Amino acid sequence: MTDKQVDWNLLTLVGADRAGIVARVTRVLYGLGCHLGEASMIRLGGNFTIMLMVSAARPNADILAALAPVAAELELRVHLDAMSGGLHQHLLPNLQVRVTGADRAGIVADVTEILAAQGFNILELESDVAGDRDRPVYIMNIQGYSDHTIESLADALAPLSERGVAVDVAPVDVLIG
Amino acid sequence: MAILDILKLPDPRLKQISEPVTVFDQTLRDFIADLEATRLAGPSAVGIAAPQVGRFWRIVIVDLSTRPKTPNHGHLVLINPEITHWDGFAMGREGCLSVPDYTGNVIRATQIRLTAQNADGVEQEYEMNGFEARAVQHELDHLDGLLFVDRVVSRRTDLYRRKVYQ
Repeated sequence: MTDKQVDWNLLTLVGADRAGIVARVTRVLYGLGCHLGEASMIRLGGNFTIMLMVSAARPNADILAALAPVAAELELRVHLDAMSGGLHQHLLPNLQVRVTGADRAGIVADVTEILAAQGFNILELESDVAGDRDRPVYIMNIQGYSDHTIESLADALAPLSERGVAVDVAPVDVLIG
Repeated sequence: MAILDILKLPDPRLKQISEPVTVFDQTLRDFIADLEATRLAGPSAVGIAAPQVGRFWRIVIVDLSTRPKTPNHGHLVLINPEITHWDGFAMGREGCLSVPDYTGNVIRATQIRLTAQNADGVEQEYEMNGFEARAVQHELDHLDGLLFVDRVVSRRTDLYRRKVYQ
């Protein structure tokens, strides 16, 4: 399918994780004649979360109405919003930033403020809390693009180490073959 | 020299296994020149394999000479290549001329030993590591009908596929 004539919506669904959510939801969307684009689906804190590009094949009210029975049965919260943009707009990362530290509030803000000041555009960010309940460890992996040098980014992030946060900046090499 | 058409997913010919080269003649050298011209015409590919242009011969080109900080053997034409030794593994992000607009994480050996013939049929041996070893493994997969999307373990995260013992 070409993307030129397609208007896209962003469908978000969140609910307690269980087997079959994706199958039930996408069967309904297929029945409506919707195409699916890029998606991010992952389990977060025991919930299954879906962010899914859905073509606006039908009015939003129709899509929401068709999803309502499945959403009610599976106890999913649903949002559907028109989105600008479309497929084939990927940017490739050139840098990866790995962050670990004893969990405390503010790590993400501290790290990402410094990155933003360096013109770093975050393309992907995953984070998790590891360790055990008494000694949680925050782990974050960011991939993004910046025109600044690794040395410049590493120098800017260095003060965080004094606050117990280990930050490593490495190049991301994408092999095209 | 000619710019050849690149086969793209889901063209089933990309699954075809390529045949060894037995004749090292001007036809072969002309084809290699066309293959190289095709590689250079694309979006900064460090390698290309003959089956990507629909010629099912065991030929790949790998060239990391434009990356002076990356250990490499320069511009290589590898004919009938065989990896004789693998060591280590690492995750890295790959894309492919035959799979436009998609990249994914693939596990590859970090060090390899390789035998291959050059365009004159002379057998060569190489020891490679890191990015060059990855590039060679990516291209050699094409000769056996494999694309990197057949090996992607995760789009984003460093997940490893659990080995299934049978």
